[in-house]
Amino acid sequence: MTQLPNSLRTGPDERGHFGQFGGRYVAETLMPLILDLERHYRAAQTDPAFKAEFDYLLKHYVGRPSPLWFAERLTEHLGGAKIYLKREDLNHTGAHKINNCIGQILLAKRMGKTKIIAETGAGQHGVATATVAALFGLPCTIFMGAVDVARQQPNVFRMKLLGAEVVAVESGAKTLKDAMNEALRHWVANVHDTFYIIGTVAGPHPYPELVRDFQSVIGEEAKAQILEAEGRLPDMLIAPVGGGSNAIGLFHPFLDDEGVKIVGIEAAGEGLDGKHAASLAGGRPGILHGNKTYLLQDEDGQITEAHSISAGLDYPGIGPEHSWLHEIGRVRYEPVTDAEALASFQKLTKLEGIIPALESAHAIAAAERIAPTLGNDKVIIVNCSGRGDKDIFTVADALGVAL
Amino acid sequence: MTNRFAAAFAKPHAALVAFITGGDGDTAANLDALVAGGADVIELGMPFTDPMADGPAIQAANLRSLAKGTTTADLFAIAAAFRNRHPDTPLVLMGYANPMTIRGADWFAAECAKAGVDGVICVDIPSEEDGELGPALRVAGVDLIRLATPTTDAARLPDVLNGAGGFLYYVSVAGITGLQQAAQTSIDEAVARLKAATDLPIAVGFGVRTPEQAAAIAKVADGVVVGSAFIDIIAQHGDAAAPYVEAFTRTLADAIHGAKEIAA
Repeated sequence: MTQLPNSLRTGPDERGHFGQFGGRYVAETLMPLILDLERHYRAAQTDPAFKAEFDYLLKHYVGRPSPLWFAERLTEHLGGAKIYLKREDLNHTGAHKINNCIGQILLAKRMGKTKIIAETGAGQHGVATATVAALFGLPCTIFMGAVDVARQQPNVFRMKLLGAEVVAVESGAKTLKDAMNEALRHWVANVHDTFYIIGTVAGPHPYPELVRDFQSVIGEEAKAQILEAEGRLPDMLIAPVGGGSNAIGLFHPFLDDEGVKIVGIEAAGEGLDGKHAASLAGGRPGILHGNKTYLLQDEDGQITEAHSISAGLDYPGIGPEHSWLHEIGRVRYEPVTDAEALASFQKLTKLEGIIPALESAHAIAAAERIAPTLGNDKVIIVNCSGRGDKDIFTVADALGVAL
Repeated sequence: MTNRFAAAFAKPHAALVAFITGGDGDTAANLDALVAGGADVIELGMPFTDPMADGPAIQAANLRSLAKGTTTADLFAIAAAFRNRHPDTPLVLMGYANPMTIRGADWFAAECAKAGVDGVICVDIPSEEDGELGPALRVAGVDLIRLATPTTDAARLPDVLNGAGGFLYYVSVAGITGLQQAAQTSIDEAVARLKAATDLPIAVGFGVRTPEQAAAIAKVADGVVVGSAFIDIIAQHGDAAAPYVEAFTRTLADAIHGAKEIAA
């Protein structure tokens, strides 16, 4: 058995691996570009001007720091641990996605790339990418599965208003993974001038690392804020995990704090026996979209379709660092179903006056399950990763309400 | 390099390397048609749900094959039967990392050897991740065929060639299969550059659809890869495609085999 490193925050290794996960499984055409991206990212990491511009934009454009809200009514209702919400829903564009987009478009500018592409599922990453592309005056193309285009019309319109071209992807199942395939195909053919802003902590190295670094502002702020509010570190962190960028952003600054239990929530959809999107609970390691990680797949390695009521969690894979944290046991991953998330979506809205994204509602549901089992001297931070305005049509439909 | 590759590329003319997707249409009949029409090397595509490097034609072929229920076991059965019927024609499996490695690279390599597969092309395992598949194939005596592209610069090329076998597949356009074609001058330059760096035969593909294009490439390269054009024929004619496949193969083979002005 390999010995655990002294710190869990030093990954990935120089070849982009977190344990057996991660790596750079891309076509040869992309390999030189991936290596170039890594060189530029290393230079940016040590450039004070890059960090200064990133921090400036997060503060004055995104509106950071996001508050850490003590959810007193929810806490009283559950009768256990104190629950704090990290309010990523209050960021510009309504979710954590913008943190990463700001970082990556600064990298694009640094590399002299003049065109931006991205994939999107529900459209949140597409909107965040179109937003920063508008801010920097760069032409932007968003790849979105045709099924998602049909069910997420408001976000499609938002992206178009922001000046992006939205390409409806007709291949495969016409959802997020197919959008990512198509974005990779476009990128291969346009590597000379195009930067691909990947929306989560997946894809070939160095994407999982750099997206995590840009999202780690969530956990760094939360750490300072909880120390101010409670004078100590929390007992537990809870965040929803699709690809896992909001979760790793919250978790990473706490990985070496042994007293902090960390829980990631996978989308169990209709239940683990039915259609779901829980790659760790229901999948096994494989290679897709440039990295090795847990995937939903059949015995021949064909990728199977994911399902979640939350479009942001509806992906058959998970970021490689999560696969590693799962295997070494540092983070516990638990499933939450569509029905549980739907109930928590309504509960938080009524008790706190905060409409969470359906993704975030999965983490709220887990907190509801866990908080009553802990004493009222315990403290939990839940990542409220996005706001739920985008989901009201989905929720209305699930509740049988005609809008 | 296996003896079958050596023999195929020792001919006094360039080789026609023909690709079709396994399980799409009547694969056995189509493979026989490729050989009868004059194809020198066969690439058999392993279908995958997420063929990231392929254009619309081959994507659709992958999905047609999977919709019919094609499994990895079916693919190896197709390969083994081909080897029995055609003892001398080199056979390459081409596909993506996940179906190749899901049961372990050693298992995959052993199955390849058992089925008489000469070489493997894995689109999404670059030289940086060679450990995932390369060592197992080399132990099993199966050539790992590497891809070089217009973005593969001089500094990278030695890494790409390290551990490569069979032939070097030059992807002539930065893009996906079956769409645009590269300018002939850029192909000429690239082949000259690659030949200066390796003794492996150089086969050129991506976007080659007509006998004229194939003949122009055959003047400078050791092989010409054609895929999507065959897939289009199979898409059009379904299970009755074999005669059309054979006729088209013959026009390509005639063009390629007659293209060299002087023997290599």
